[in-house]
Amino acid sequence: MPDGKPVGIVLVSHSAAVAASVAELAKGLAGAGAAVPVAPAGGTEDGGLGTSAELISAAAASVDRGAGVAVLTDLGSAVLTVKALLAEGDELPPDTRLVDAPFVEGAVAAVVTASTGADLAAVAAAASEAYLYRKE
Amino acid sequence: MLDADFFRRWLTATAASVEREAERLTALDSPIGDADHGSNLRRGFAAVTAVLEKEAPDTPGAVLVLAGRQLISTVGGASGPLYGTLLRRTGKALGEAAEVSEARFAEALRAGVDAVMTLGGAAPGDKTMIDSLVPAVDALTESFVAARAAAEEGALATVPLQARKGRASYLGERSIGHQDPGATSAALLIAALATAAEASEAADA
Repeated sequence: MPDGKPVGIVLVSHSAAVAASVAELAKGLAGAGAAVPVAPAGGTEDGGLGTSAELISAAAASVDRGAGVAVLTDLGSAVLTVKALLAEGDELPPDTRLVDAPFVEGAVAAVVTASTGADLAAVAAAASEAYLYRKE
Repeated sequence: MLDADFFRRWLTATAASVEREAERLTALDSPIGDADHGSNLRRGFAAVTAVLEKEAPDTPGAVLVLAGRQLISTVGGASGPLYGTLLRRTGKALGEAAEVSEARFAEALRAGVDAVMTLGGAAPGDKTMIDSLVPAVDALTESFVAARAAAEEGALATVPLQARKGRASYLGERSIGHQDPGATSAALLIAALATAAEASEAADA
């Protein structure tokens, strides 16, 4: 990190297990010693499938180091809840951004890029570029 | 003129009808959704009723903004941010006035419905809550009762449509023949306006 402030990453899924596993996968693939704050926000507060605005806000606050927060989501209410929170203005840290990216591939790209000390725009661009990775 | 009490009664009446109709909403959400619409909305509107009682906001705008925020944080499904945005944007459009005319409310609700369309990307005919909200807002310039009829008609008109937004859209043609749960709950919200207005008239009489 050039100035010691990494971009924070929040992973929002309908499932707590999916969010936590993708966070673990992305951190694992970013390599040892990568000091990127990554927080999962999965499922509802009572452990069911769904989206929790409270868990998203708490996750974003926990990874905010002052360099911005990139939020990646799976689908449906996860996307809509983050957009609604961003529209609210004061529910998420300043410089929080919903990144248009595939969830798993984008999370890996975002965490690896953030681990190089890249800024929020570069982290978001790398995550979005993960859409270009074709499998056949 | 409509004051903060009117808007509290509107949301309390919505909570009561969502409570009454929760099983039907969930049943409608079973063939084409994930069978949680009734329980999600019941939780959300119960929380709205509770927070309005606790904080007692004193302007129409403040009532709706607080209710919208509460829906976003408690519903847990897509209807949370959608209904939350509807109420919050409507409330913001009403500003800080202590009382608003029905015409001003109709304008504000239109701004709220526009915000929902922007957030969810749905247009009329996509088999969503928009299919009852848009005709309701159009009829609201006439009366609450006309808006209720238009919303109910709009919800029924979703039956032959193929879903183009949300989880039901993955079902393609298999979504045809089912009434959309979101359009149905939106009709309950609009119907509650007429209920709240009737209660005001009874109180004034």
